Amino acid sequence: MLQAGDWAYSETLKEHFMNPKNILQGEDTDAFDGVGMEGNLQCGDQMMVVIKVDKEKEVITDCQWKTYGCASAIASTSILSEMVKGRTLDQAFHISPKEVAEALGGLPDHKIHCSVLGDKALRAAINNYYTRNGQEDKVKQEQVKVICQCMSITDHDIEDAVLEGARTYFELQERTKLGTVCGQCKDEAEVLLEKFKHIHFGV
Amino acid sequence: MKVYFDNNATTPLHPDVKKEMIAAMEMFGNPSSMHSYGREARANVENARRQVADFIGATEKEIVFVGSGSEANNTVLSLFVCGSSQCIPGSKMRSSIITTKIEHPCVLETSECLAHRGVRVKYLDVDQYGKIDLDQLAGMLGDDVGLVSIMMANNEIGTLQDIETIAEMVHASGALMHTDAVQAVGKVPVDVRSLGVDFLTISAHKIYGPKGIGALFVKKGVPYCPLIRGGHQELGRRAGTENTLGILGLAKAVEMRALEMPGEEDRLLELKNILRNGIENSIDDIHFNGHPTDSLASTLNVSFSGVEGEAILLYLDLEGIAVSTGSACASGSLDPSHVLLATGVDAELAHGSIRFSMGRQTTRQEVDYVLNVLPKIIERIRNMSTAYIKGGLHAASR
Ligand SMILES: Cc1ncc(COP(=O)(O)O)c(C=O)c1O
Ligand code: FES
Repeated sequence: MLQAGDWAYSETLKEHFMNPKNILQGEDTDAFDGVGMEGNLQCGDQMMVVIKVDKEKEVITDCQWKTYGCASAIASTSILSEMVKGRTLDQAFHISPKEVAEALGGLPDHKIHCSVLGDKALRAAINNYYTRNGQEDKVKQEQVKVICQCMSITDHDIEDAVLEGARTYFELQERTKLGTVCGQCKDEAEVLLEKFKHIHFGV
Repeated sequence: MKVYFDNNATTPLHPDVKKEMIAAMEMFGNPSSMHSYGREARANVENARRQVADFIGATEKEIVFVGSGSEANNTVLSLFVCGSSQCIPGSKMRSSIITTKIEHPCVLETSECLAHRGVRVKYLDVDQYGKIDLDQLAGMLGDDVGLVSIMMANNEIGTLQDIETIAEMVHASGALMHTDAVQAVGKVPVDVRSLGVDFLTISAHKIYGPKGIGALFVKKGVPYCPLIRGGHQELGRRAGTENTLGILGLAKAVEMRALEMPGEEDRLLELKNILRNGIENSIDDIHFNGHPTDSLASTLNVSFSGVEGEAILLYLDLEGIAVSTGSACASGSLDPSHVLLATGVDAELAHGSIRFSMGRQTTRQEVDYVLNVLPKIIERIRNMSTAYIKGGLHAASR
């Protein structure tokens, strides 16, 4: 018989969960150049990322965080805070949830949504830095596009549904109710479904 | 130290049950065979049936062995989609069922499925302690209702319902009464006659018996229709060659429960109070879930604000302590415990809930160990939690 010991998670993830790196101590964020927060307590995860920036080189020199969430959420913010140090703001802005998941040695499918908030909070922190430093022109909005007009489902909703396990158009419909009225959004939704499956799961 | 505080999920085999089952492995005959091998198996299965029947005050013929608690519950609920008036006289007229919002998923999902097949399902609310409202039940009952299914003890919060009173009301309205007693049998006294139920569900693995075996009490004369067809076993009520090993294990488990139950409830209640007071005195911002008195002595459910349950569970696991959580993350769904939400607990608190379920082997030392470890873990998680950032930023981004 097999012994216990194997978690649903990789060793790297377990290590970051047991010994999280760069936790922001206390509540004071004044010493930081950018602050970003995403998620909410009702949904079960919320992350805050704070960064210090070398203003000349636009390089992140320090990154700390707080997270309310499960083991994947804690570990993914921890590893993200290590990954971004030394990267330029532009590089850091483009870190994807997939990169974070890979660095953690992979995540079970149903856990991916727990780790997407970290990079969102990081992007919010970077935008916050730009705003504070009079560089509003550099603030990049996360583009939201309504795909299903009838049910007002956006591309982000489709991405979330994929992260939560939808793999077929039918599953996407079940989760989001997209395409259940006039049906004209089907083609565009299917293209996005394939795109997000590819981005997040390489399939 | 290893501490198993997850006895509502499942229990370790009782050593005497294990012995009985090891001995039973030699007995391979098919109880339906007429030769000596078969007769040996038959004798043992029927003896087991008598033991289980005795334990809950039923007669032997009223006990149907099934493959799990889930199967028993599925069987009862599925009686009500059978359109044939031969199976269930009058069921055409009575095409609604009533259940509660806090049932085990094997009842809730079966009910949802029935709803797709034309059955009208009415769900009872519960109050902040997990109790149903008898007035609401009275309002729902009527000549359209064929079956009422209400669990006796809730697996997550331990709340006990007053099945006796409920069954009386249900019968007065002409409907049948089922109770899922998986978490009650072997923990509190259960007697089918004084409860007055028509169907009652038992599962062996919650009472130190094996997994994959259960029993359904079906009151004599009550309409019945098998879920699994194709054999004469169990008097045609459940096809499939009997799980002799499991059946003997279940019987031994109830035999041991009958011996060990006296005094156990008081002992566990005392431990639960120590655990409860210890948590209350050492950790701020908590909320106890479930009924303060009408509750299983073994079950304590508590929410810690600002921390997510899966993180607590896994940090406790690293210290050797096994518990459950109502957090969404641990279950793989996105919604936290439907039971806690039904009691009106805020979603954040539901995400941060931990269930401690003790058992026959639980000791004072184990409770003390948990009380020693838990406050440090909660403090550690709160220290990294966004929920504990006070002031504007927090408020603004909520
Ligand atoms: C209240 C309740 N009903 C039913 C079940 C299902 O029993 P089984 O695991 O035997 O299918 C359980 C246990 O998981 C339970 O706690
Ligand atoms: S646009 Fe999606 S259903 Fe009409």
